Amino acid sequence: MSLLELTNVTLRFGGLVAVNDVSFNVEEGEVFALVGPNGAGKSTIFNMISRFYTPAEGEIKFEGKSILNWEPHEIPSQGIARTFQNIELFEQASVLQNLLVGRHTHRRSNFLADMVFTPFVRNEERVHREAVEHVIDFLDLQAYRDKMIAGLPYGVRKVVEMGRALAIKPKLLLLDEPASGLSVEETQDVAFWIEDIKKVMGITVLMVEHDMHLVGAVSDRVMALADGRMLAIGTPQEVQNDPAVIEAYLGSDDMSEDGEAA
Amino acid sequence: MRIVFKTSYDADIRLFKHNAQAFWYLLLFTVAILLPFLVNDFLIGEATLVLIWAICGMGLMMLVGQTGQASLGHAAFMAVGAYSNVIYQINFNMPFLLSFPLSGLTAGVAGALVALPTTRLHGIYLAIATLAISVLTEDIIIILEPITGGIAGIFAPDIQIFGYTFNRYGNPVELYWLVLAITFVVVYAYRNILRSPTGRAFAAVRDSEVSAKAMGVNVARTKMVAFAISCTITGLGGALMGHFATVFTNETFNLIISITLLLIIVVGGLGTIHGAFFGSIVFVMLPLLISVTRDAVGSLTGSGSITIPGLESGIFGAILIGFILFEPMGLYGRWLKIRTYFELFPFYRKDMFRRQKSYLKTERTR
Repeated sequence: MSLLELTNVTLRFGGLVAVNDVSFNVEEGEVFALVGPNGAGKSTIFNMISRFYTPAEGEIKFEGKSILNWEPHEIPSQGIARTFQNIELFEQASVLQNLLVGRHTHRRSNFLADMVFTPFVRNEERVHREAVEHVIDFLDLQAYRDKMIAGLPYGVRKVVEMGRALAIKPKLLLLDEPASGLSVEETQDVAFWIEDIKKVMGITVLMVEHDMHLVGAVSDRVMALADGRMLAIGTPQEVQNDPAVIEAYLGSDDMSEDGEAA
Repeated sequence: MRIVFKTSYDADIRLFKHNAQAFWYLLLFTVAILLPFLVNDFLIGEATLVLIWAICGMGLMMLVGQTGQASLGHAAFMAVGAYSNVIYQINFNMPFLLSFPLSGLTAGVAGALVALPTTRLHGIYLAIATLAISVLTEDIIIILEPITGGIAGIFAPDIQIFGYTFNRYGNPVELYWLVLAITFVVVYAYRNILRSPTGRAFAAVRDSEVSAKAMGVNVARTKMVAFAISCTITGLGGALMGHFATVFTNETFNLIISITLLLIIVVGGLGTIHGAFFGSIVFVMLPLLISVTRDAVGSLTGSGSITIPGLESGIFGAILIGFILFEPMGLYGRWLKIRTYFELFPFYRKDMFRRQKSYLKTERTR
């Protein structure tokens, strides 16, 4: 049984077919990358897995159970965490508070207990705080703990968003373009982190990424999409050399050096 | 600027960042307790009013500042608090100690019920829906004349606790202390919410609903809880306002009061407890200041005291526009800047608090 299974998933926006009959499985413990030109339907697939969109046809299963009956806010507690393409952090809160929101699914108190701040709530807070500290250590965010998001540079925000998703302690982590807008060094860091997320934390990663060097470096399997349709699936090497993929990117088949358009 | 050396996770959980901060707040609270020995009864009455407005303001602050949901109808929940408190006392013979928390609860339940349909709305639409509720409440008060007294109004009895009487005119100092104690409890509960998962869920809903959902926050439920807590606090403030006003009618808690509450929190500083207090100080002290200035100008020009209609609301409106244009963070923001200036002297830079442009947001899925 695969961790995540998409079977013949189709989504239409009016007349536009955003995702057309796409099927793939993400196995436990692998890094699976979705690549493809803009508008290929990669983020749409993400939004379907996190239940912001409901597919018109097809089935999405996580750990063998259909997730289509779940509400978006129930997805994280099932073990699926995600980041967003255009960073969606809580701007007017500190890094620490942002990460602590990631612990929301582990919360066992209610608002009445919170208001009184009972010893139970206090102990819970300590547990959350410690869990978040592990994430801070992992991502080297120590210097930014008490900083407000609104004043942070882009690169740090990206890392905080990844940390917030990790604080959920998911089984499956969806990374929507983790390296977009990052410098070469920062992208290198992201590559190391993804490697560690997989090996040390044992979290399966599904990511959308344009940087083919990063995809080639970290992913076990890659699926290429264009116009909502699957083009190729396989190792990064196989997919990059696939004629259909090259054509989708470059529009012709006389270049075979690299799948990435400049 | 003080750098706190943190040695345990509790440093991020406790109420005060460091002992010096705890000392200043303790000092402030002590001064507040000793205030009746420092100023006369008239000013104590004004101080009581400031505290009551601050409680109501904190209620709205929880909703607008913390959760990012607009409300132009919070006077309605003040009314629910004020009326239910008096009705419980008169019609059900309840003591104040019971009727007061129950009135808050009533307002809270009313708020949660209102939230059920309205939290699907956003921004301006939510504001209009709550505005309608404010208007409706006035009518409902008139319709329920047998218990609310309708247009004739209702008379709030003196507060009685264990045989002690609290009356605005008879014993203003005792009433002030009572209101101060209630204010303290509300501030404490407010702070607790801010440092707990509930408060973080509120901030999450305020800053990005999409990502709040992706973090497992039940947005609809969180908004309802926010409405309930907010209306409870405002209802408690309303109950106190009822006792302070001694007589109130359907017009006591009208639309102007709703807007006043909004003015208080915006001028004071959105999203902070301090803001509710700063705002209500401005709101209560402004009429005083205007009348003093008017008398002074009148005696200077020899024209006597002239009353200019609408002067108060005009000046208040001008202040609001001024704040939105020049100090969106309100008085509390200004206070932060001044404090930072002295803390960092001489290294304060002019654009230290300039807000960075926020990055592109994900397309909304709602």
